[in-house]
Amino acid sequence: MLIEKKLTIRNEQGLHARPAAIFVQIANKYESDIIVKKGRQGVNGKSIMGLLTLAAEKGAVLHIKVNGADAKEAIEELEKVILGEMP
Amino acid sequence: MSLKGIPASPGIAVGKAFLFDTRQFIVTEKAIKQELVPSEIIRFEEALIKTRSEILAIQKKISHEMGAQHAEIFNAHLLVLEDRMLIEEVIEGLKKEHKCVEYIFSKVIEKYIKVFSRMNDEYLKERTSDIEDVGKRILKNLIGVQEKTLSDLKERVIVVAYDISPSETANMHKQNVIGFVTDIGGRTSHTAIMAKSLEIPAVVGLEKATSRIKSGDTLIVDGEDGVVIINPDKSVIKKYEAKQQKFVEFEKILLDFKDTPASTIDGHRVEVSANIELPDEVDSVIAHGAEGIGLYRTEFLYMNRNDVPDEEEQFEAYKKVAVKLSKGPVIIRTLDIGGDKFLSQLKVPQEMNPFMGWRAIRFCLARPEIFKVQLRAILRASVFGNIKLMFPMISGLGELRQAIKVLEEAKHELKNRKMSFNQDIEVGAMIEIPSAALTCDLLAKEVDFFSIGTNDLIQYSLAVDRANEKIAYLYRPTHPAVLRLIKNIIDSGHKENIWVGLCGEMAAESGFVLILLGLGLDEFSMSPVVVPEMKYVISNVKFEDAKKVAEEAMKLSTGEEVETFTNKRLNELVPLLKKIRKK
Repeated sequence: MLIEKKLTIRNEQGLHARPAAIFVQIANKYESDIIVKKGRQGVNGKSIMGLLTLAAEKGAVLHIKVNGADAKEAIEELEKVILGEMP
Repeated sequence: MSLKGIPASPGIAVGKAFLFDTRQFIVTEKAIKQELVPSEIIRFEEALIKTRSEILAIQKKISHEMGAQHAEIFNAHLLVLEDRMLIEEVIEGLKKEHKCVEYIFSKVIEKYIKVFSRMNDEYLKERTSDIEDVGKRILKNLIGVQEKTLSDLKERVIVVAYDISPSETANMHKQNVIGFVTDIGGRTSHTAIMAKSLEIPAVVGLEKATSRIKSGDTLIVDGEDGVVIINPDKSVIKKYEAKQQKFVEFEKILLDFKDTPASTIDGHRVEVSANIELPDEVDSVIAHGAEGIGLYRTEFLYMNRNDVPDEEEQFEAYKKVAVKLSKGPVIIRTLDIGGDKFLSQLKVPQEMNPFMGWRAIRFCLARPEIFKVQLRAILRASVFGNIKLMFPMISGLGELRQAIKVLEEAKHELKNRKMSFNQDIEVGAMIEIPSAALTCDLLAKEVDFFSIGTNDLIQYSLAVDRANEKIAYLYRPTHPAVLRLIKNIIDSGHKENIWVGLCGEMAAESGFVLILLGLGLDEFSMSPVVVPEMKYVISNVKFEDAKKVAEEAMKLSTGEEVETFTNKRLNELVPLLKKIRKK
């Protein structure tokens, strides 16, 4: 199953530091492949270094592609991180 | 450029930097055959596994020694180490380029370092050092280089390092090290303790020292103000050389006082003792003229190991100190874990509020099988010298009685084993909780002495976390509330004819010592290096004058007023102290 979603970052710090670490931790729980794109730049969503190199500030639009058996659960949980509903 | 850190050992050093980085090496580009690619991948994986266990070990160690928040950084290191993109890029590079894995890996890591160091975001920029750090560790494990040691230093240098471990210090060519500068650490870290016992200046917790300083740079290390200056102008060097000269003179004048008994001009005799953590520090205690050990912290025996030290091992450690310090009293504090000192083998769970949690005597009373081992060891050592025993974190009489009961049981067990010990060993309570300070009239009836633990007493009575730099300004030993508690403890003790000591940092400040002396404190215990200064202060004032200072200080309404007043009186009563101290 392939699910794609476009999400705007609302977190004040952007997708840095703690939010990025939490995103990667959650992404790694799932079997699905997770690609995060900002503009034309795409990185592995299970990689902290990849995610940090995106330097996604507050307001940036991320295009998330999740492909795999547990894609639905994965995108739901990741969405919460991006929308700042997770600590 | 100058860096600000935490002053960990007093003194000034001017000299050349020696960057003690065990992780620097040259990577050569080497082509490999196609069929060797799988074995290169295995080497890479092995290096990752080894690096991971290294980081976990360091994390554990730092967490024990300095608290969990200092170990937090290594979580970031682990994330870098386990990063999928990084690992995949290396494996792909190997398959495509057919070069040795060291070379491929260093290219990939360099790429990330470049990307991160160019980022606008300050936080991300700082992550560069995490990536560098992990990268160097992995490379070290790939190349398998021998670690450099500090044993073959050819000239006198200031050692600059991320951290200096006890084993590295042990191998060090001590005559050639004139200062320590480290990225991490606090006043109570290993580096700080070592530097103090070696009597060389040290500044720790500088965060970026190893990335800003190069080997061969000229450095000024100011261990009093916690400042490190990199490649200073000649005029600055001159200024500091003058300060250094003053410091040396000051030390010399003070050291002359080390063998005089701590007695005021008008003959009031008190005892000046030292605090120690390691049995080896006894040499420094003796060298600085301390009359005894007012606080022997026993936690170090339990650190950096997976088991609990048995009775024999503890007995030997306590005996060694007692024998070396034949005359002077040695006050052994029973295990004080928790708060900021954790030991994984004892499995104390993480708590929201560890300073008020399951720690020290509370832990010991809940785990009598561990507590009794220590009590028996202390009792057995008591026949070899003047050993006294002290319970930490006593909150009231009920708890004190429980602790004494366990001690009696331990004595009974030794009797059954027909082992000798001092039946009348003096037992004291450390007074560091306000509830104990306010009820010490009751406690005084059932112990032989009090020792005021001001570090915790201040943080508990003012509700100021002593590790939180944002509220550090509120942490005041001279707050009237603290002074009143101290006065109450001393008076209550004297009413029951027991002596009262103090073993916190407060005893290491001349101004505070003046008040404490005036309040009638009997024993002052501090780190060995400051013993001569306090002896100097005590033997240069009249007890009558100190009493007047204390009396006046007790009438003032704020901590600031008390500090200003006592410093003014100190300068009037001991004018030479300021003169020899400052330029």
